[in-house]
Amino acid sequence: MTATPSRRDYSLIGRDAQLAVETGLSAADWYHTDIPRKQMKELMQRSDGPAIRDTAIWLAALILSAAGGIWFWGSWWCVPFFFIYGVLYGSSTDSRWHECGHGTAFRTLWMNDAVYQLACFMIMRNPVTWRWSHTRHHTDTIIVGRDPEIAVMRPPDLLRVVLNFFGILDAWHAMTDMVRNAAGVISAAEKTFIPEQEQPKAIRVARIWLAIYIATIGLALYLHSWLPLMLIGLPRLYGAWHHVMTGLLQHGGLADNVIDHRLNSRTVLMNPVSRFIYWNMNYHVEHHMFPMVPYHALPRLHALIKHDLPAPTPSILAGYREMIPAFLRQLRNEDYFLKRELPPTARPYRDEFHNDAVAAAAE
Amino acid sequence: MSDWVEACAAGDIDEEDVMRFDHGGRTFAIYRSPDDDYFATDGLCTHEKVHLADGLVMDDIIECPKHNGRFNYKTGAARGAPVCVNLATYPVKVEAGKVLIQIG
Repeated sequence: MTATPSRRDYSLIGRDAQLAVETGLSAADWYHTDIPRKQMKELMQRSDGPAIRDTAIWLAALILSAAGGIWFWGSWWCVPFFFIYGVLYGSSTDSRWHECGHGTAFRTLWMNDAVYQLACFMIMRNPVTWRWSHTRHHTDTIIVGRDPEIAVMRPPDLLRVVLNFFGILDAWHAMTDMVRNAAGVISAAEKTFIPEQEQPKAIRVARIWLAIYIATIGLALYLHSWLPLMLIGLPRLYGAWHHVMTGLLQHGGLADNVIDHRLNSRTVLMNPVSRFIYWNMNYHVEHHMFPMVPYHALPRLHALIKHDLPAPTPSILAGYREMIPAFLRQLRNEDYFLKRELPPTARPYRDEFHNDAVAAAAE
Repeated sequence: MSDWVEACAAGDIDEEDVMRFDHGGRTFAIYRSPDDDYFATDGLCTHEKVHLADGLVMDDIIECPKHNGRFNYKTGAARGAPVCVNLATYPVKVEAGKVLIQIG
């Protein structure tokens, strides 16, 4: 299912990276819906309460499901417990890493930092590297050659997408990156977004993590049991499916090289369980437009600005019903994308920036 | 010789908030602290030149609206990634209900 080589150069040190800087696509002035300062301030306000509540539920569920898995280890009864534990470990940490990295989940800094470090370990994302890669993702969202977090490049590598539902390639890359960083090597691509003074921190974290994984593997060998790895490490594989399912919807099949988040991001209405796991990142246009707004205020932000946004995708299923055909079509025409239609109440897209992309999509 | 420039009326800024002030082709951020004191810094984040006046003031911290980088607006010190370079600060005084900043 792998398609022909892309005309797009996604390398962070390649042709399109240079082109994006030269044409002003990088570090551009992105579109924002107008919101009165007073309302924006209210939306941005930090509070510890919601995140303490959600984190207490999350940790309690992690501990109880792990305990159930351990208790029933050796029988099929452990499966539902590890199913829950896996999603909490290998998927809900995607959103916790993300929100705490922005510093918006809690008002208290150390709480953000503590959950950030824990979630980064579980999701296997170096907390230094990913803090800076995500900064770039917000500066240059889905700008080819600049954004290091483009989940599905064009033409889509659908085999890679499917494998990542089981965390296979992500975890492999995370492990090789960890070993490389632990050996003191920062790659050329990483050097484009991690400041020099931060690079030793990335190496130190990688060494600590490597020691934890070696200890876990050692314990598994000593016990002649997979159980230690079922609790540390493997949940990133068997529990990854939910964060990949929701994460692909963020930008999948939409425009690249535009500077309006309404064109390249997708807001999807979801069930409350997925929203708890995902910490409201289903309001993804809103999050990109106003990253200062905490996850618990995103539904209020959505209600305030929805007149200026494309209609939200009504469900996860609806999202896949539009995204999968778009991926398949991009195998034949990598310039194709789903153009989000704006309601009559919205300010139109800026033609001077986006006409070329729209024309390419129609071909 | 540095000049004192009128930036705004003292009441134009809410407590624990920030306001943009442009002067002489430059942009500044004027802050009113929770203690009702006034401060001024360069208006653009040292990370990626985003207007700090769109950010969030919490106690003595201004948080950039784009990447959530943090500065102490009283000292200009960079306090959290992704900002690494301090902000320039400027003397401020309030006279006759007007906020004045000294621009070097």
